[in-house]
Amino acid sequence: MTERLMDRIRDGLWHQNPGLVQLLGLCPLLAVTTTFVNGLGLGIATLAVLVGSNTLVSATRRFLRREIRIPMYVLIIASLVTCTELVFKAWFPALDRSLGIFIPLIVTNCAIVARAEVYASRNPVGPSIVDGFVMGMGFALLLMAIGAFRELLSFAWLLAVLPPGAFFALALAIAGRNAIDGRGRRKDALPRRARTINR
Amino acid sequence: MSIGGDFRSGATLGVIAAVCTAIVALTWQLTHERIADNRRAWLEQSLAPVMSGLQWDNDIIASRHTMSPPHGLPGSESAIVYRAFDQGQPVAALFVVTARDGYSGPIRLLIGVGHDGILTGVRILEHRETPGLGDGIESGKSGWIDQFPGRSLVDPAPSGWKIRRDGGEFDQLTGASVTPRAVVKAVFETLQYFAANRDALFAAPADVTPAEAGDD
Repeated sequence: MTERLMDRIRDGLWHQNPGLVQLLGLCPLLAVTTTFVNGLGLGIATLAVLVGSNTLVSATRRFLRREIRIPMYVLIIASLVTCTELVFKAWFPALDRSLGIFIPLIVTNCAIVARAEVYASRNPVGPSIVDGFVMGMGFALLLMAIGAFRELLSFAWLLAVLPPGAFFALALAIAGRNAIDGRGRRKDALPRRARTINR
Repeated sequence: MSIGGDFRSGATLGVIAAVCTAIVALTWQLTHERIADNRRAWLEQSLAPVMSGLQWDNDIIASRHTMSPPHGLPGSESAIVYRAFDQGQPVAALFVVTARDGYSGPIRLLIGVGHDGILTGVRILEHRETPGLGDGIESGKSGWIDQFPGRSLVDPAPSGWKIRRDGGEFDQLTGASVTPRAVVKAVFETLQYFAANRDALFAAPADVTPAEAGDD
């Protein structure tokens, strides 16, 4: 169990990182990561929704029928995003103003529906919560890293906080991850590197 | 699939919808008072930028007067007006109104009108317009909102109170015309309202409990 838990953590943070490897949820990732705090804010909000939706989807998976599973995900995710938005408006009003429409837009983050479909709808509640948490952490850490990178770089290079800077920063992060992963096993690493959600 | 299966699917969805609605309702219950407080604090912080160059000596926040619909101002929720006086003389009125015809969702505006009918400033309090396009109405995102101070019902004439694309005198935003159109219209209607009701507005009593009012 512990070994499997470590596997899940490694998957979420590294091997299957929603932003770096699955390349999901890129719209918010590119749009809000102008500062570290924005990245942190959206990261936490996404993490909360992901844990909540994995929990609810997994808890109701007995009633899940093929033909209604998408409307079920939509209902659950939309409700949780609305709750998250209310909580942000109530307790983090400045962050809410700074993130603006991107909090409600978490509803369109396909990383969330992907975890519901791929994992939570097929696994018990406990592992689903862990999965939501580590996947959310993987996404949040990436948002924070890119946010911090762009914020620091913006002192020297204004383009870093403009939209092109987001693409540069993400490209660097993906290249960096691939470089670290590919080290020492370049020949057999190729198929693994090409892995995406379509696999 | 059988009729029974259809029914079961529908019933399952119904139950999930009810549970989700309950969760949202509960969260709203727990948060709505704080949200109202935050909105008010933000509004009061935004008052100064729309009153640049003015002098006043009364407590503007205490001068709040809430009007329930139908009030004749833009928006179908209650509108608010704050009044600024200097030595008893009316100086300016600050309106909080809602434009309903934006691209997505209501746009809450703060509009400052001098006693002479000249705009002292406009600020966007809340909106859900498209990032990168319609959100240029925000003062932090572009200078678009700065074309209002100094304008009035005679500058431009009423026929010019439109965006350029519609033959008026106000700039639009690149890639977005619905949002600026809604804002220009709301400002224009507020000016008309002010012209028609000026003396009554400055004479209207302040809300008894400002903390209770004005949030839709």
